[in-house]
Amino acid sequence: MPTVSVKKQQLFDLLGKNYTNDEFDELSFEFGIELDEDTTEEALKLGEEPEYKIEIGANRYDLLCIEGIAQSLNEYLGQSETPKYKLSKPTTKLIVDKETELVRPYCASAVLRNIKFTKESYASFIDLQDKLHSNLCRNRTLVAMGTHDMDTVQGPFHYRALPPKDIKFIPLNQTKEFRADELLEFYKTPEQKNNLGRFVHILEGKPVYPLITDDNDVICSMPPLINSEHTKITLDTKNVFIDITATDRTKAEIVLNILVSMFSRYCADPFTIEPVEIVSEHNGESRMLPDLTERKMQVSIPYINSCLGLEQTAEEISASLKKMSLHSVQSKEDKNMLDVSIPITRPDILHPCDIMEDAAVGYGYNNLPKSEKMSNANFISSPLPVNKISDIFRAASAQASWLEVMPLTLCSHDENFKFLRVEDDNTNAVKLANPKTLEYQVVRTTLLPGILKTVKENRKHTLPIKVFETGDVVFKNEKLERKAYNERHWAAIYAGKTSGFEIIQGLLAKVMQTFRTQWLPDFGAGSTGRGYWIEEDESLTTYFPGRGAKVMFRSKEGEKSIAIGSLGVLHPEVMKNFDVPYAGSFVELNTEVFL
Amino acid sequence: MSDFQLTILNKLGQLGEIKSTLEVFPSVESQDVLSALNSLKAHGKLEYTKHDIMHYDLSKEGQEVVDNGSHEIVLYNLINDLGKLQIKDVMSKMGANGKVGQARAFKNGWIVKNKENELELSEKVKSSTPVDETKILLQQIAKNEHSDIDAKVIADLKKRKLITPRKQTDYSVTKGVDFSLELTKLETDITSDMVVSGSYKDAKFKPYNFNSQGLPAASGALHPLNKVREEFRQIFFSMGFTEMPSNQYVETGFWNFDALYVPQQHPARDLQDTFYIKDPLTSDLPDDKVYLENIKAVHENGKFDSIGYRYNWKEVECQKLVLRTHTTAISANMLHKLAKNPKPARLFSIDRVFRNEAVDATHLAEFHQVEGVIADYNITLGDLIKFMEDFFAKMGVTGLRFKPTYNPYTEPSMEIFSYHEGLAKWVEIGNSGMFRPEMLESMGLPKDLRVLGWGLSLERPTMIKYKVQNIRELLGHKVSLDFIETNPAARLDEDLYD
Repeated sequence: MPTVSVKKQQLFDLLGKNYTNDEFDELSFEFGIELDEDTTEEALKLGEEPEYKIEIGANRYDLLCIEGIAQSLNEYLGQSETPKYKLSKPTTKLIVDKETELVRPYCASAVLRNIKFTKESYASFIDLQDKLHSNLCRNRTLVAMGTHDMDTVQGPFHYRALPPKDIKFIPLNQTKEFRADELLEFYKTPEQKNNLGRFVHILEGKPVYPLITDDNDVICSMPPLINSEHTKITLDTKNVFIDITATDRTKAEIVLNILVSMFSRYCADPFTIEPVEIVSEHNGESRMLPDLTERKMQVSIPYINSCLGLEQTAEEISASLKKMSLHSVQSKEDKNMLDVSIPITRPDILHPCDIMEDAAVGYGYNNLPKSEKMSNANFISSPLPVNKISDIFRAASAQASWLEVMPLTLCSHDENFKFLRVEDDNTNAVKLANPKTLEYQVVRTTLLPGILKTVKENRKHTLPIKVFETGDVVFKNEKLERKAYNERHWAAIYAGKTSGFEIIQGLLAKVMQTFRTQWLPDFGAGSTGRGYWIEEDESLTTYFPGRGAKVMFRSKEGEKSIAIGSLGVLHPEVMKNFDVPYAGSFVELNTEVFL
Repeated sequence: MSDFQLTILNKLGQLGEIKSTLEVFPSVESQDVLSALNSLKAHGKLEYTKHDIMHYDLSKEGQEVVDNGSHEIVLYNLINDLGKLQIKDVMSKMGANGKVGQARAFKNGWIVKNKENELELSEKVKSSTPVDETKILLQQIAKNEHSDIDAKVIADLKKRKLITPRKQTDYSVTKGVDFSLELTKLETDITSDMVVSGSYKDAKFKPYNFNSQGLPAASGALHPLNKVREEFRQIFFSMGFTEMPSNQYVETGFWNFDALYVPQQHPARDLQDTFYIKDPLTSDLPDDKVYLENIKAVHENGKFDSIGYRYNWKEVECQKLVLRTHTTAISANMLHKLAKNPKPARLFSIDRVFRNEAVDATHLAEFHQVEGVIADYNITLGDLIKFMEDFFAKMGVTGLRFKPTYNPYTEPSMEIFSYHEGLAKWVEIGNSGMFRPEMLESMGLPKDLRVLGWGLSLERPTMIKYKVQNIRELLGHKVSLDFIETNPAARLDEDLYD
């Protein structure tokens, strides 16, 4: 969730009241934003102005600046009406070249005429652009915006796409002219890398770069990277030309609407926006922007009442919705319907359920009638069978004096293979594409690495160390939709001065007995019924040669026996690889055979 | 039994009582006396009382006084012999002692000084030799007969360095209830032999020290996180919930995101937040092609009364494989199954989820999510609120408040808060909401079958319950086995948030 910093006193002035933190907390809570931090204490020390850090919903772009937060809260409190946004006469155009399709096909534009910035509103204007860039615009990949002093340029404007070598201009906050390809290199230097360098990848390798120019080929901006120094806006700028370029048309217009709805309040004619005619003949996208038309959505009154557990009239619901900036009247055609107008500041409303939610917030979540209906419903519960099997393993192991551990599922490739003296034949393990550390390269295919790491961390513990885990390993399987599946394993270790093989063997016997599975002598030959035995297996290279065996299981009379796991004395190299200075024995089974 | 113990018993038998062990056994060290007495006392043979007594030894100077008389009497004798003595000659005749003797003799009034600065005997002692008090006192003390000497006098002698004090411990001993001249051995434990033979009846038992913990029990133990998980499972079972098959860590982009109406450009789908899988690389698309078409439509252009997100939806994003970021991927799968035969259902899961996060004291790349899902006809937000109150009341958490919030796949969405007494503020304990119609109707669920969902992490309540500060010391290999061995029962209903 995004966090917005607002000057405390400025916010209180806009709300017409000095709130205590408790009061503001309470207001935020009911409205659905969160007071994260009050910086007063810190600010007083540093001689700065105290701020509130307010966490807002990730879909409420209209709350990304103090203007929007104050507007919405004032409407929620019934202290303000939703502004009526108006268009004035257009005076300029933005003409789109077909080449822009190669790099960034959509654009939008508007003019804020006769605006008067203060220090605060100017800072907020810049800050909102940053917030939008990093949230909705996905770090400028989807949308980027530029704002220009319109009195430095001459319309109509052009949205073009040119080869980098043909673009030369002085970028914002620089003194010398750069060629576009050189500019990208400049932004990749260590000083710029973490700043504008973060967006270089969006243009890198493209045959043409997008460009906004005026009618005299004066460059306004090279989106999504940088504006030109020439058109830089200042506190004294009177007329602001906004350019928006995008790969996502919907989001381009949302960004434009948010910018103009938040800052047209500072124009000489408040909430009036000068539109720009977008001329885009090659793709039939010619239109006048911004489009301030309020969206209409019909919502069923019984639907809202049914979801909220209320019996409200159309007027009552409308009153709740009004607090949330949604204006509604009962439909003339259908008494059961509410005609809702959605202002341009609320692109988050996608479905009647979003209106239903606002009706609930307007009413107050904590005022809703609590219903007893559900608590009395009759359902038959049941555990997941594999979890039930796990619990039997867990109880038996703990009863046999082993300690349960819960290591991580993810481990390094070496831990799952090389350290266990096992080759990766690429048939089993699921591998991660983008782990942040080497610790998380593969999803384990055995419980052993986690158990050995736990023993290592606890090597000062009294000996012997006896721990077990019941957990999932993951194997690849091409035939499945998800190409991989979990398998529930159980494993236990004995680590100490001696290997304790017979102790681990005894634990296996105890667990098997718990599952009504008796040991069969002579490697299964002694009986044809249900049972288990162990068979030496030289292919188990994790164990010391001659000390490793597979666990064989026959589920019932006449069934074929299958290997369900292994046990053995861990190879000293394995112990060393995990920094465990002890001898040890280990057993691991696939528990799902007992399902 | 030592010979000395027997000696004590014999002496006690002869004398009836021993008034002073110092007198009766003067050559035995005090410690040896005490240990023998204690041992006999434990057998009930005797009782004793301890007395600390002061004893004084004569210093070398003190012994000289006893042998030759006090310095003042030596001076008296000298003057008596010579008739008179020049003051300056006192030191030459008597050495260092002369000064003390002169002072004492003056004090006693034995000598006077004449006009020629000579010492002479006083009238008082001319006729009869004075009594040498100091010598007599020291003789008394040497015989250990100092009890009737005034404390001031003793202090004076100490000050004059004629005697040095020595503390001695003495015991007076009387017969105990089980006094006899021989000793039986004390038994420490009841043995099977005693039970069988009945010999315990005549045996004497050593008393127990009850101020102790006993030996640690040899035992295995279950992990605290799994104990809390079990508490949650029991709460779910008690409310009629069936456990979902959450044993599927690898998910497709489709089930983890698209099915939940998370748009394809949503930040949650970033490489920064989600583990993508490189081997295997791509998944199959879900078998249900109608469902797939619905999801495409509802994202791209809108459907089921939704205007949609209005972007180019790509199948290839669905086919990316990820480690699930939430168990809601499983819930979506279960709800899709439910759509084949729609009816009320209650489902839950408690299982691992994965986030590509930087690890710190409160964040791990994997953790457990507790998730509940309720599907029923025409359920209301009030139902959800009441149900959450019932659910959390089962772990002793009451007085909930609900805050509007945003989740991509629920609308309305409610964060659940409870008042934390310790922190004196409202803290978030879970998240909940009604699943979006875009998600449910795409599956084919009827409009009026609404679905509520809620979730919380398993680690957080466990960390509070067991006072664990660092999540890495709870989940993962850095856990301490001592902690696992000694952790108490989970009992969520017992002051969870104290």
